[in-house]
Amino acid sequence: MAAALSNSVENMSDVTPGITQNVQMAALIDDIANRRSKQAFAVLFEYFAPRLKSFMMRKGADSHLAEDLVQDTMLSVWNKAALYSPARGSVSAWVFTIARNLRIDRLRRQGSYQFVDIDDYDEVSDDPASDDLLIVDQERTMVRQALEGLPEDQMEIIRMSYIEDMPQSEIAKRLKIPLGTVKSRMRLAYSRLRPKLETTQ
Amino acid sequence: MTITHHLDDATLMAYAAGALDEAMSLVVASHLAWCPQCHKAARCGDHLGGALIDEISEEPMSNGALDRIMGQLDTASEPLDSVAVLADHRRPRRPDPASGELPPPLARRLGVPVSEIRWRRIAPGVQTFAVPLSPSASGKLSLMRIAKGVTMPEHGHGGSEMTLVLSGSYIDKFGRFSAGDVADLDIDVEHQPVADSNEDCICLVAQEAPTRFKGIIGRILQPFVGL
Repeated sequence: MAAALSNSVENMSDVTPGITQNVQMAALIDDIANRRSKQAFAVLFEYFAPRLKSFMMRKGADSHLAEDLVQDTMLSVWNKAALYSPARGSVSAWVFTIARNLRIDRLRRQGSYQFVDIDDYDEVSDDPASDDLLIVDQERTMVRQALEGLPEDQMEIIRMSYIEDMPQSEIAKRLKIPLGTVKSRMRLAYSRLRPKLETTQ
Repeated sequence: MTITHHLDDATLMAYAAGALDEAMSLVVASHLAWCPQCHKAARCGDHLGGALIDEISEEPMSNGALDRIMGQLDTASEPLDSVAVLADHRRPRRPDPASGELPPPLARRLGVPVSEIRWRRIAPGVQTFAVPLSPSASGKLSLMRIAKGVTMPEHGHGGSEMTLVLSGSYIDKFGRFSAGDVADLDIDVEHQPVADSNEDCICLVAQEAPTRFKGIIGRILQPFVGL
């Protein structure tokens, strides 16, 4: 089924009714992992590259460095496709963690202390049900809905943390609010997201 | 062994966002390797990152970017076998803090077992070891080893601090902390951990700014401690 799915996908806008984007992406990852499909890779590249580039540039990289980081991220997706499973979350979340880790490594400029995501080497499956694409899909929808429902002051903190990569102390300085307020807004945002994920698991 | 002291949600979010410094990240990663609850919570932060990537506006890649990367795929490919081996490295069971083994992220950084650490004695019953960080890292990461009944000299904080107990236990005003527990402290929170286990209490401590020691004893010790 995975092969049939990915053969029919020319790009991510070819959404077959009833099959969500994440299921299609997971099928493409599967194609890369098991059949080394360059076509599948190209589809994912078209989707993620411009988004990752935007992400990196907002964090301060110039166009050249951003594209460098994007290439590295996507090459890592190519090489590590076999490590993806729904237990890791959605494909977008997985790609995000790869990009995040690569960027951290680049910032540290130190090859010997690579940021090794514990999930790559130490992944433990605590919950057998978590390896289910449909559940991941539900989670993804829930997170997006929860994000849309966030008050602006909490969304602002999240944006500054994730997109602009600011440590909490810097966020506090930029917004001219106490660090405690930054933390409590993060916690509030977080507490809105967690129950939505936990009910589906 | 049940973990009773967990990471602050704000810390988990910052970690997932990639916004924590190196010292703190290592403490968080080490705790996550042991704690299924916090590990699951950290996934929530990754989901958030994924959702943000999906929603973010696009920045077009330069001409030929796809062709360039397609051309690299053959040389970049690692043999499927080696990736399969990597996948097989997943442990079937989560390591247990009570087992005496270091959490994998810390073990990888240290490269030696605890028994081979070269401790530096900074006060009676208090030993320390500076864990190496990248040259550009701010903040400090240390192992601390406290003998039974010994109190750390009273210190305030110039910034955030995070302590993960690796073995043994200590008591402070927030309760007892034993292997796997993490103390995720705000600025200016003062605490006086007292080791209360028979064996030395060994902790991993990340600090955002140098600890300052209070009192005249503190002022004498400070330059030697170099914390």
